[in-house]
Amino acid sequence: MEVIAFWILAVIVGAAAVFVIAARNPVHSVLWLILSFFTSAALLVLIGAEFLAMLLVVVYVGAVAVLFLFVVMMLDVDFVELKQGTLQYWPFAVLIGLAFFAEIVMVRTVGVGTRLEPSPGADSNAEAIGQVMYTDYLLLFQVAGIILLVAMIGAIVLTLRHRPYAKRQNIARQTARRRADATELVDVTPGKGI
Amino acid sequence: MTEIERFALDYLPVIIFLGFALALSCLFIIGSFLLAPSNPDPEKNSAYECGFNAFDDARMKFDVRFYLVAILFIIFDLEVAFLFPWAVTLGTIGVFGFWSMVVFLGVLTVGFIYEWRSGALEWE
Repeated sequence: MEVIAFWILAVIVGAAAVFVIAARNPVHSVLWLILSFFTSAALLVLIGAEFLAMLLVVVYVGAVAVLFLFVVMMLDVDFVELKQGTLQYWPFAVLIGLAFFAEIVMVRTVGVGTRLEPSPGADSNAEAIGQVMYTDYLLLFQVAGIILLVAMIGAIVLTLRHRPYAKRQNIARQTARRRADATELVDVTPGKGI
Repeated sequence: MTEIERFALDYLPVIIFLGFALALSCLFIIGSFLLAPSNPDPEKNSAYECGFNAFDDARMKFDVRFYLVAILFIIFDLEVAFLFPWAVTLGTIGVFGFWSMVVFLGVLTVGFIYEWRSGALEWE
C-alpha cells in the first residue's frame, strides 16, 4: 500500500517537474512547481517526516512559490525573447543534473542496508530535529541566522530607494504641535499694517 | 489494526479538513458556473481600462517595494519555522538550547532594527 502510494506520488512529482520546464507559459510553470512542492510534501508525510512536510508547504508553497508567481506575472519581460537561446545552456543543465544524480547515488550506496529513520530517538520529526539542532549543530544554526540577516540587509540595500519628494504625514510632529508654535497674536495699529 | 488504518487514523483531522476544503471549493466553482448568468460579448470580454482602449499589456513594471515586503516576510517566516522544533524540545535541550535560540533571535533582531530604522517597512 505504501509502495503504491509512493509510486503514484513519485510519478506526479516527476511529471510536474518536467512540465515546469516544458510549459510555454511561465505562470503555468510556477503552478506546476507548486504541484511538485505539494507532492514532495506528501512524500515526506509518507516516510513520517511530518514537520519537514509542513515546512515545505508553509515556506515553499506559502511564500517562495507565491513570490515566484508574483515576479513572473508582474515582471516586464518578453517571454518569447526570454526563451530564445535557452538551449545554449544545456552543458550547465547536464552538469547540474549529473551532480544531483551523483548525490542521490551516494546517499543510496552509503546508506545501503540502513533504514533511514524520520525521527530517531523521538516521537515526532520536529522533536528529533529540535533535540540536535540547537545544541549539537549550534554553529550551523547560528550561521543560518546570520545568512537570514545578510539576506534581510541585502534585500533592503538593493531595493530600498527613498523618495524625498513624497509628501508624508508625520503623526508625532502633528500631535506635538501646539497653538503657540503655529499662531501669533499681533497688535495692529489701525492704518499701519504689520 | 493494519498499518494503513493507523496511518489514516493519525491523519483523520487532516483528512477531514482536506475533504471539507475540497468540497467547499468545488461547491463555489460549480455553483458560480451554474447560477451566474453568462452572456459573453466581445466588448465585455475585452480588457477594460476606465473609458478608453487599453494602452498596453497587463504585464507592466511594478514597484520593487512590493517584492521587498514579500522577501522580508519570507525571512521572518523562516525565523518562525526555526521556533517550532525549539518550542517542542525546550524541556530536553535545557538552558544551553534556550540561549542558543536567544542569540539567533538577537541576530535577527539586529536586522529587524536596521529594517525599521532604514524605513523599509514604511510606505511612502
